Amino acid sequence: MKKTGSQIIIECLKKEGVEVIFNYPGGAVLPLFDELAHAPFQKILVRHEQAAVHAADGYARASGKVGVVLVTSGPGATNTVTGIATAYMDSIPVVVLTGQIPTYLIGNDAFQEADIVGITRPCTKHNYLVKDIKELSRIIKEAFYIARSGRPGPVLVDLPKDILVESTEFKYPDKVTIRGYRPVYEGHPGQIQRAVTLILKSKRPVLYVGGGVISSNASKELIQLVEMLGIPVTMTLMGLGAFPGNHPLSLGMLGMHGTYRANMAVMESDLLIALGARFDDRVTGKIESFAPQAKIIHIDIDPTSISKNVKVDLPIVGDCKRVLGKIITLLEKEDTHAYKEGLQKWRRQIEGWKAIYDLNYRQEGMIKPQFVIEKIFELTRGEVIISTEVGQNQMWTAQYFPFMKPRTLLTSGGLGTMGYGFPAAIGAQIAFPNRLVVNISGDGSFQMNSQELATAVQYRLPVKVAILNNGCLGMVRQWQEFFYEKRYVCSSLEGVSPDFVKLAEAYGAVGLRATQPEEVVSTLKKAFSIREPVVIDFVIDPCENVYPMVPAGEPLNQMRLI
Amino acid sequence: MRHVITLLVENEFGVLARIAGLFSGRGFNIESLSVAETLDPTISTMTIVTRGDDAIIEQVIKQLNKLIPVIKVVDLIDKEFVEREMILVKVSTTPQTRDEVLRIAEIFRGRIIDVGNKTYTIEVTGDEKKIDAILGLLKPLGIKELVRTGRVAMARGSKSSTEL
Ligand SMILES: Cc1ncc(C[n+]2csc(CCOP(=O)(O)OP(=O)(O)O)c2C)c(N)n1
Repeated sequence: MKKTGSQIIIECLKKEGVEVIFNYPGGAVLPLFDELAHAPFQKILVRHEQAAVHAADGYARASGKVGVVLVTSGPGATNTVTGIATAYMDSIPVVVLTGQIPTYLIGNDAFQEADIVGITRPCTKHNYLVKDIKELSRIIKEAFYIARSGRPGPVLVDLPKDILVESTEFKYPDKVTIRGYRPVYEGHPGQIQRAVTLILKSKRPVLYVGGGVISSNASKELIQLVEMLGIPVTMTLMGLGAFPGNHPLSLGMLGMHGTYRANMAVMESDLLIALGARFDDRVTGKIESFAPQAKIIHIDIDPTSISKNVKVDLPIVGDCKRVLGKIITLLEKEDTHAYKEGLQKWRRQIEGWKAIYDLNYRQEGMIKPQFVIEKIFELTRGEVIISTEVGQNQMWTAQYFPFMKPRTLLTSGGLGTMGYGFPAAIGAQIAFPNRLVVNISGDGSFQMNSQELATAVQYRLPVKVAILNNGCLGMVRQWQEFFYEKRYVCSSLEGVSPDFVKLAEAYGAVGLRATQPEEVVSTLKKAFSIREPVVIDFVIDPCENVYPMVPAGEPLNQMRLI
Repeated sequence: MRHVITLLVENEFGVLARIAGLFSGRGFNIESLSVAETLDPTISTMTIVTRGDDAIIEQVIKQLNKLIPVIKVVDLIDKEFVEREMILVKVSTTPQTRDEVLRIAEIFRGRIIDVGNKTYTIEVTGDEKKIDAILGLLKPLGIKELVRTGRVAMARGSKSSTEL
């Protein structure tokens, strides 16, 4: 049967199991919106296209499914760029459908024309301009396949308006064949065997776990491996939740704001097992002096991640889950008990570092941000999805909230996008209507996408926003304090932010405020009991900083402590 | 170190932009690039000449492989290979230098393909050394214009360099 381009797209999305479309309409995509009237998708109208992508991204991170976005041409498309780049840097599967002016006008600087395929080429895993309706269903099929397979990432499909209204026979391809794209999942058996040998020879091993473990759903295998071998685990920001944060072998996060023991353990280790991590500069500090005594095993699905920043001794290209599974199978034939016992001394050494210095703060005077975060953990017992913004709020959350399960932290790690967290929380709430979703925010970041309060209210999404309001762009202020002799240029928001309680109320949400430490728990309890969007303005100590801190470009063991 | 990389890519619009963008975005260097369709009209072949240490070249090759429309990447440095480039060069001549220009062209098996009042246009094909050599000789006589195709290359022997 013949179908229009719009109908074909809807059929394709159905076949892909799409449930939700985060969208914002406009002229170029109206034919498709018209068809959406009868389509079985939840349609979430956001208030800014950037937020549509962040919401789809949050939905994807929380659920593991592909997030879907639909926007119009020109400004609609360009507004998605930050969202796309955010998803790209963190390897999140999102499909972005953009309207485009009709094919016969492309290149004419027509009204609302933007070369979005050109603009997003370096920040998508792949992108397409559909030039012929006969290619439409194949392209959509490929887009979803590429987004979710291998190292996941965003894929954009640009849809000229004439393609949406033309008709052709519809047939959904049964399978995808892209001759230039064949992700490797299995891992080389010889390399895996060599990894086992290296591991069993090590005396001071550390597992360095990144977001790849979460995207490959490899937590179970990771925990099993750690239980077998007793190897301590440190996680990157993206890896938090891959291994239970309160496990005795969790060292917490490493890197610029990592724990003392995690950074020391890496620097003193004789074997570093990198799992789905990419040796980002915020993790390694000064690269030449990173883990100087360690042999490095690197397991990653993306060959370009391997030996990009750090020379690796034993690379294994493959999916973390499968490779870990095979390592475990091989280890089952070995005397892992003796090995585990042999690591006693190493574990004690790490305990010693913990005794020398651990994360700390004192709840005196004004509300401390760490206190709020700890209370959120206590009250929810970790049964919550947390999203963060960027800055101090993000680092304190990473440090003080022990994430217990994968996909419970949504945060922009690679790009570091302020304004990510709130729309991402909305996306996660849509994926899990009955779970508690809390966005830990800053007074700066919240204002980058606060318009999404309207979306939360419209769809009655009971998202909670906990603003750690320090009256400044805290992380910028911290750098100015440390590295620019306290010249606080353009980093103060004191007295110039809106009243967040009134702002929430203006949108029809609930606004609460806590100014005293005693109010923190009761305010959180109240917020958590309300089945509506709630914004909580925690007026916190404006001088609080994130410690420890390794200044950019310094070796990991050069930590500023307090 | 100089590397000659041959790729097979999908013959579709935008591929060249993806590859050029990859090089510029990641700060890799491109010395020359040539591209054209193969016998299979759905596939194009590209020859890229680039420079970098081993780590950089390893990244170049991995990153190229990561692009979805790139089907195959071969670093010819691992093989014996032949390379050629064609140039068209317009050389100024005077009654005194005309013969010399002709002689140089002849030595390098170049062909005069256009003659002006005060110029010869010469076509020459060869590897890097030969092209450098003839340009070195012509330069003092006055080169008015030069266009180069960029290098194309192929492994020696009976096997195809990019066998799929
Ligand atoms: C879109 C964007 N612009 C600028 C920055 C640079 N930046 C990083 S942290 C930060 C301050 C964040 O302030 P706030 O949201 O109040 O959080 P705090 O650090 O105070 O917790 C800024 C401006 C960024 N990460 N993202």
